[in-house]
Amino acid sequence: MDLYEYQGRDLFERHGLPVLAGGVATTPEEARAIAERLGGRVVVKAQVKVGGRGKAGGVKLAEGAEETVARATDILGMDIKGHTVHKVMITVTADVAEEYYFSYLLDRANRTFLCIASVAGGMDIEQVAAETPDKVVKAPIDAVKGVDEAKAREIVTAAGFPAEVADQVVDVAVGLWQAFVAEDATLVEVNPLAKTGEGKLLLLDAKVSLDENAAFRHPDHEGLVDQAAVDPLEQAAKEKDLNYVKLDGEVGIIGNGAGLVMSTLDVVAYAGERHGGVKPANFLDIGGGASAAVMANGLEIVLSDPSVKSVFVNVFGGITACDAVANGIVQALALLEQRGEQVTKPLVVRLDGNNAEAGRAILDGANNPLIERVDTMDGAAERAAELAAAGV
Amino acid sequence: MAIWLTKDSKVIVQGMTGSEGSKHTKRMLAAGTNVVGGVNPRKAGQSVDFDGTALPVFASVADAMKETGADVTVIFVPPQFTKGAVIEAIDAGIELAVVITEGVPVHDTAAFWAYNVAKGERTRIIGPNCPGIASPGASNAGIIPADITGSGRIGLVSKSGTLTYQMMYELRDIGFSTCVGIGGDPIIGTTHIDALAAFEADPDTDAIVMIGEIGGDAEERAAEFIKANVTKPVVGYIAGFTAPPGKTMGHAGAIISGSAGTADAKKAALEAVGVKVGKTPTETARLMREIMSAG
Repeated sequence: MDLYEYQGRDLFERHGLPVLAGGVATTPEEARAIAERLGGRVVVKAQVKVGGRGKAGGVKLAEGAEETVARATDILGMDIKGHTVHKVMITVTADVAEEYYFSYLLDRANRTFLCIASVAGGMDIEQVAAETPDKVVKAPIDAVKGVDEAKAREIVTAAGFPAEVADQVVDVAVGLWQAFVAEDATLVEVNPLAKTGEGKLLLLDAKVSLDENAAFRHPDHEGLVDQAAVDPLEQAAKEKDLNYVKLDGEVGIIGNGAGLVMSTLDVVAYAGERHGGVKPANFLDIGGGASAAVMANGLEIVLSDPSVKSVFVNVFGGITACDAVANGIVQALALLEQRGEQVTKPLVVRLDGNNAEAGRAILDGANNPLIERVDTMDGAAERAAELAAAGV
Repeated sequence: MAIWLTKDSKVIVQGMTGSEGSKHTKRMLAAGTNVVGGVNPRKAGQSVDFDGTALPVFASVADAMKETGADVTVIFVPPQFTKGAVIEAIDAGIELAVVITEGVPVHDTAAFWAYNVAKGERTRIIGPNCPGIASPGASNAGIIPADITGSGRIGLVSKSGTLTYQMMYELRDIGFSTCVGIGGDPIIGTTHIDALAAFEADPDTDAIVMIGEIGGDAEERAAEFIKANVTKPVVGYIAGFTAPPGKTMGHAGAIISGSAGTADAKKAALEAVGVKVGKTPTETARLMREIMSAG
């Protein structure tokens, strides 16, 4: 889960790291209250999970409460690269003398964590690394040993931080590591890490990603989810413990296993190229079990998406037997009817693997005109795309 | 022969008395796996009956190894206890630990991996969030269905469970030496490269199917490895060409970050080193079939 900048700032503050005083507002009036509390000159920053806010006009200075209200009014509701601004963060300003870069992140390739530090901050670190690689230090971090003062000093020395800020950067490096571990983060990035005119170090931006697998030890992280930004279908699916991602096509997809479902999306998209450009409407992995109830929940979510014109159920019976899956589909349709759902969209079903013959016989025996059985994955994708194109 | 898991492997199950653990212990036994016991400190000294096979429960992995000579452990414990279970297995010095558990925090995986490295990598870890490893006709450690295919001379390494099963099914008439599901998490104990190296060295494997998916750059690194080290034919498949950036597609590791981790980049990297990449699982199976029938 990626956090908004203000959530990252709050997280840093909770862990005792030096950040600017500030607050977050969803209305101009809330912005006024924050500006009055902070006093003087402030900066108003659009809260969107996308880069390039400054260039898009989403970051403005304001002098006093009235100007803050005016700038907040401008920025709230603004569209930045397809993201509507619902919140602004307001902080006091800083007298920035120098800008550095500091981050910890997951290094998948080396199966560990990585620290990236640079005295050339304030710009895109990938660009800095490409143009002046000697200015960027990448230090692997041992996940067991972590970052203590000695490790931090090693990084600070290697990155060439000026002597007058070295001790402060060491403190930030250790504190940021502790926050990274304590919060089960997969990324904490500070760009810029700024030195003020008085030589004080400040974390001026916050990019934080948290590991959703660690939610069981962070009950507070649930509160960081931006409910307004969650797709309503994704929310409904989550409440039913379904692994669903909304996409923008017309062919509803239900399958078992993440890899097989991803593959199904691809195969449907290829078939769609021959049928009016229809695309997959969603990712939905119903997992290994695929009971009638889970299938009914999945079908209900997929069928409630108005852009869905046909549904492709692609199941490979591994541990699950296909006859159980077929019964699940038939019962699911009956269950939906009982729930008062009018099912009118065609279902193309492909069953293969464990007890496939029995499963196919059950589908045939159900005699439901909405269910069409196709026995290969590629053939079924073709048919589902064709039906979606006809239904558009 | 096969890689990492043979008919001589002696398998224990951590979490054998739990619902998933007991269900799959029964399946592993039915597949002919030499399961010799389980681990649960609270039930040590008891035994559990699996359709007539009584398996002893030990207090620790070390005890189980001492009593039975076990060299493989399959881990089914819940995510919050997985790190502890893997570290226990590493401390006991077991050769192979297969971590089935889904939903392990990545800090925990990073920690047990670092611990394993510090101990000199005595233990091969497969997973987490994986279906396990099967050497058809010989042994099965994990949840891969045993009856899809028989033994043969294709090696399979895959990030995905059901795509593994699909590929085994498509090529069931030819058969497999070993099928390894390495898992879909961002940090995993055994990589495509590890499996490619083992299959290259395995005299009973003639060709290799490699299944990848979006996220990270493991497939790109595997491509470099193939170019330098693999002489056996390799056929590839990548899932997730149509996945949008920034969305996690089921597997914790299956996410395109910015322009990194796309299926197109992985396909291009594999093709650049002469690996044929199928557009669909069926086409991939067909490419492998052509190689095997050309002999």
